[in-house]
Amino acid sequence: MSDTHTGEPPLLRTAQNMIVENDDIADTIVLRRPPARAEVMAEICRQLEPFQADDGRAITGATVISKDLSIDSLAVMDMVMDLEDQFDVSIPMNVVAEIHTVDELADTILALSARR
Amino acid sequence: MGLFDRHAGLLDAYRDVRMTGADPFQIRMERVLSPTEAIINGKKTLLVGTNNYFGLTFDPSCMEAAIEAIRAEGTGTTGSRIANGSYSEHVALEQEIAEFYGKKHCMVFTTGYQANLGVISTLVGPDDFLLIDADSHASIYDACKQTQAEVVRFKHNDPSSLDARLRRLGDKPGNRLVVLEGIYSMLGDSAPLKEFIAVCKKYNAYVLIDEAHSLGALGEHGRGLCESAGVLDDCHFIVGTFSKTLGAIGGYCVSDDPDFDILRVTTRSYMFTASLPPSIVASVRQALRIVKAHPELRTKLWDNVAALYDGLAAQGFKLGPEHGPVVGVHLPDRMTAIGFWRAMLDAGVYVNVAVPPATPNGVSLLRCSVSAAHSHEQIAQMIDVMTGIGRQLGVLGNTPKLRVVGSSR
Repeated sequence: MSDTHTGEPPLLRTAQNMIVENDDIADTIVLRRPPARAEVMAEICRQLEPFQADDGRAITGATVISKDLSIDSLAVMDMVMDLEDQFDVSIPMNVVAEIHTVDELADTILALSARR
Repeated sequence: MGLFDRHAGLLDAYRDVRMTGADPFQIRMERVLSPTEAIINGKKTLLVGTNNYFGLTFDPSCMEAAIEAIRAEGTGTTGSRIANGSYSEHVALEQEIAEFYGKKHCMVFTTGYQANLGVISTLVGPDDFLLIDADSHASIYDACKQTQAEVVRFKHNDPSSLDARLRRLGDKPGNRLVVLEGIYSMLGDSAPLKEFIAVCKKYNAYVLIDEAHSLGALGEHGRGLCESAGVLDDCHFIVGTFSKTLGAIGGYCVSDDPDFDILRVTTRSYMFTASLPPSIVASVRQALRIVKAHPELRTKLWDNVAALYDGLAAQGFKLGPEHGPVVGVHLPDRMTAIGFWRAMLDAGVYVNVAVPPATPNGVSLLRCSVSAAHSHEQIAQMIDVMTGIGRQLGVLGNTPKLRVVGSSR
């Protein structure tokens, strides 16, 4: 997969981690930008690769996660937790239940990031 | 399409399991002899998978209390406490459990499953947030299906994962309820409760802890992880069960919240099911007295845990991450686990087999539960049988390893 992927959450390259000091309290603020769609798609495909069907069909936006891949519902939820941390969003369980395709998963992550 | 067509995949998997010659999900105990022995397939079998942590199922004083209660008050209550009223003993049991924890209120349920299902789904409602550990018990997941709150999972035993999810909620209005377990039922590991409590305080979240597998086992008085971690006052709701250490069936929830009792007329799993029969209430009250009066049972339990865990680890088995009354033995895949389980049963040792999707991270396990009632000889027998089969099946190398291999999680 992508060589540029570092496993780190997407950060604004130009932004420094800023330490804001307020008497005894110090908080680290990390500035983030909403991720690009291609970035989200690439990460989802990377996560799903181990579950690809034997027929070698490529994972696309139209791939139905629970049907076209050999992944059980628990593994889907675990993958979602990883994606949540990658893109710093939380996808409620009832929303996960309504996601069928890779496109829908990407759209959900993008919509939640935009709202942040 | 037939009603059962959707289970086609599961039916195939189940057929594979049954082809091994025994069905681990329909095991029949022809006769139970004691907390540690039963007749299975005509043979005396050592029980190492019954959650009978203090071995109280055959305690003479508990049995007598139950028999007396049946003679005095009959076999059952035939209705719910809301519709048919409570017996004095229900109320006495609730007072005794509340006192045991030093909390003001207690509600008793007919099963531990119903306690989690009802309390968790009712405490949070629309616009609230329920945060659960990824490895939560099925009763907690089922509560998530019933509640109208938004549910978010965090990584198992990972306070920083909870922190990130509470942080992301930002200043959204609504209560936050975090659900944890004292000891997790598959691998026997404990929650890092102090660290979790610190995160919950930071975000003003309520804490509910399920002490199903830790009641009796943890804490100076056996109250569970909330006691051993020194955070009993910070746990707003403590849930537990009568079906493990206390040797019967039923569940409870304790709390200091002044309005707690409103749950009696809002929690469906409490309102719409029959209450515990007098015999169960009586044996549970006696078992709780034993837990309070005999801390040496806890010492014996942990001695046995150490003997089994360290013994299996020394043979090279891959185990759960820490000592616990549940010892989970990792096996490479589902069929090896089932074959191993079958071979153990043939050799006269009963344990539980746990395979995906009932297990975290898709692991296949033999799940052993240790009892204070196990003798040293029984623990040694268990290790011998398991080691022999492990070598036969190629799960273990032929030379014993001395390093403890922890969970990969």
